[in-house]
Amino acid sequence: MSPVLRRKLDPGTVYIGTDSAPRLIHYGEDFWEEDLPVGTRVIYPKPPIQGLPNPRGAIRHAINHPLGCDPLHAQLSPGMKVTIAVDDISLPLPPMITPDTRQTALEVVLELLEDHGVDDIHIVVANSLHRKMTEPEMRRMVGAEIHDAFYPDRYYCHDAEEPDGIVYLGKTEQSEHVRINRRAVESDLVIYININLVPMDGGHKSVTVGLCDYRSLTHHHDPQTIRDSHGYMDPPASELNHKCVRMGAIVDEHMNVFHIETVLNNRMYHDQLDFLGKNEDDFSELDRMKLRATRWSTGKMPRAAKRAFFHNLPSPYELIACYAGKTDPVHEKTLERCFDQYAIKVKGQCDILIVGVPYISPYNVNSILNPLLVQVMGPGYFFNLFRGKPLLRKGGVLILCHPCYDEFDAEIHPSYIEFFHRLLPETRDAFTLREKYEEEFATNPSYIQMYRQGTAYHGAHPFFMWYWGENGRQHVGKIIAAGAENQHVPELLGWDRAETLAEAIANARSYMGRSAEITMLHLPPIMIPEVE
Amino acid sequence: MTAAAFYDLDGTLISTNLVHVFAFYARNDQGILQSIKRSAATIAGLPIFMAADGYSRKVFNDIFFKWYKGQSEDRLRYLAEDLFEEVLGPAVYPGTLPLLEKSRNTGLRQVVVTGALDITIQPLLRHLGITEYVANRLEFVDGRATGRLKPPVMASATKASWIRTYSEKEGLSLSDCFAYADSMSDLPMLSVVGHPTATNPDLRLRSTALRHDWPIVRLQ
Repeated sequence: MSPVLRRKLDPGTVYIGTDSAPRLIHYGEDFWEEDLPVGTRVIYPKPPIQGLPNPRGAIRHAINHPLGCDPLHAQLSPGMKVTIAVDDISLPLPPMITPDTRQTALEVVLELLEDHGVDDIHIVVANSLHRKMTEPEMRRMVGAEIHDAFYPDRYYCHDAEEPDGIVYLGKTEQSEHVRINRRAVESDLVIYININLVPMDGGHKSVTVGLCDYRSLTHHHDPQTIRDSHGYMDPPASELNHKCVRMGAIVDEHMNVFHIETVLNNRMYHDQLDFLGKNEDDFSELDRMKLRATRWSTGKMPRAAKRAFFHNLPSPYELIACYAGKTDPVHEKTLERCFDQYAIKVKGQCDILIVGVPYISPYNVNSILNPLLVQVMGPGYFFNLFRGKPLLRKGGVLILCHPCYDEFDAEIHPSYIEFFHRLLPETRDAFTLREKYEEEFATNPSYIQMYRQGTAYHGAHPFFMWYWGENGRQHVGKIIAAGAENQHVPELLGWDRAETLAEAIANARSYMGRSAEITMLHLPPIMIPEVE
Repeated sequence: MTAAAFYDLDGTLISTNLVHVFAFYARNDQGILQSIKRSAATIAGLPIFMAADGYSRKVFNDIFFKWYKGQSEDRLRYLAEDLFEEVLGPAVYPGTLPLLEKSRNTGLRQVVVTGALDITIQPLLRHLGITEYVANRLEFVDGRATGRLKPPVMASATKASWIRTYSEKEGLSLSDCFAYADSMSDLPMLSVVGHPTATNPDLRLRSTALRHDWPIVRLQ
């Protein structure tokens, strides 16, 4: 089959031919333009689904026509205690243009609460063990008006380490203990406003993870659960999801939670950078000019300036669906719509998977993608972007394009530094790390203080990041860091290093054979391949 | 318990320093004239203290504690409770008690290693729930301060040396111990333990902590 004919089979899949344009690959804060071997399959995300013309109306309709419970207005009475929980800055990625969907939903909900005489309202950012958001970030997320009215006494971040701030709700039949934010538990009604970017978000995970403490989190953020999860993006196959559902049932026994779940499209790039999501064969002259201008200008900047530049580019995501009501029926609908945007049919697995790692992950908004986070993106998220069976064959090679610089943000990721430089040289075995060191990091008073009073991730968070790559590490035969600017970071992570992508492909072919099927995921925006 | 958390006090757990304490005593000296005289002298001495502290903590101590010369031991002790109520208690950082509680819960012994005077800090330590400490001690002759400190003078390297000796005596593993300090002069104390933490650090300590990948904590 000639490359041209194959390209016509599916608009989302391109086979590289002799006349194909070089492909754009994210490489940290830069891009590579690479000529891939002839026959390489490049998979593109679906185009963005058209956003709803009236997001406010859609949200209002959802809360007036909820699934599985009474409309929100029917659940309100004067003097009741209400807590509104919202997702933190890890969603969406990059942060969206203002008004953020959370702001739109909050405006609708707060107006309704006010109309019904409810004034005991707290807005809690469900950041779990993630870093707390800074005041400007919190202001941006909900808008100045809500921020000024509620911050800081009634609009704040969840504190998983606050003495007396957590309530024990009970345990599941599998002895998973559920411990949740006191304010939420003691409220007559909890309204959770979520942003669903990928199918692993939302549902029971919102409350059971977003508002829990360290002890509660350890039941599902552990190496065995991750090994038993066959893809995070495929909830029925995810043990992590099963545990959240079980623990969520305990939450539902004790709390009245009204979920408002919102689904965004994948319009990640605004007009100036929209060429990044296109098939390079279809670039117009204007696209080529934009690409050259972007590469020229970022090429002149030091890395920190490039990082700041990209972190300040919000994404023009649009709302494509909103559902409200009880957790399970709402999330079922949400997932359907989510897969409408992200699921993409792919024929057959590959032997070598190439992915460019961009500058951002859920855990480094306005910060550095440090080596542990590169690992989270590689065998963690990118490997797990599948539904059904993995895109990469068992024992295949994963090529990650990233400089792998040894840089950490001391304010945001302090415990990551110790984990990476003290623990990884000793062992990479997730079970040993958990057994020997997780408790020490989780109870380290300095890290707890930095989490509580500063903007640091919890001391135990780097462990979760390492576990996150566990099923990917077990599945792949080899990981190659293409373009890694040093030897020691790939070595500590247990990866091979290659100077260039061509060298990485040669290395991978020598491992998998000359006829190895090579596939490149043209990320971001996100897509979820369904392998036929 | 095989490990401990060692804390500097001034600037680390509380926002005041030695000069605030001395100013309190000067203000409360017997007799209005004496009080005015000492307060004025304290204010006038501030540039000297700052310059000395910038140069060396030892030089600072040599100069600073001379200003206590002639103070009555009884009076210093008598005013210690008021000092805590009026100066030290309100100066405890909001993050101090939670930090101590978390640290205590992990089984670490709580030890204060400070250059402050022992007689001035006892009510504060009771408030913080800390029973183990080492502090500087004024020399008294016939109930009057001589303006000299009894050895060992707690500052810089002496603190580190004391921590090493103490840990050896108590069977503590230094690599499992924590230390918290705010100033570059406490670098030896931080360097001697396995878990140093720059706490409300000054500019020099902050850049050192960043270079060494030490956690930086703010208790304000």
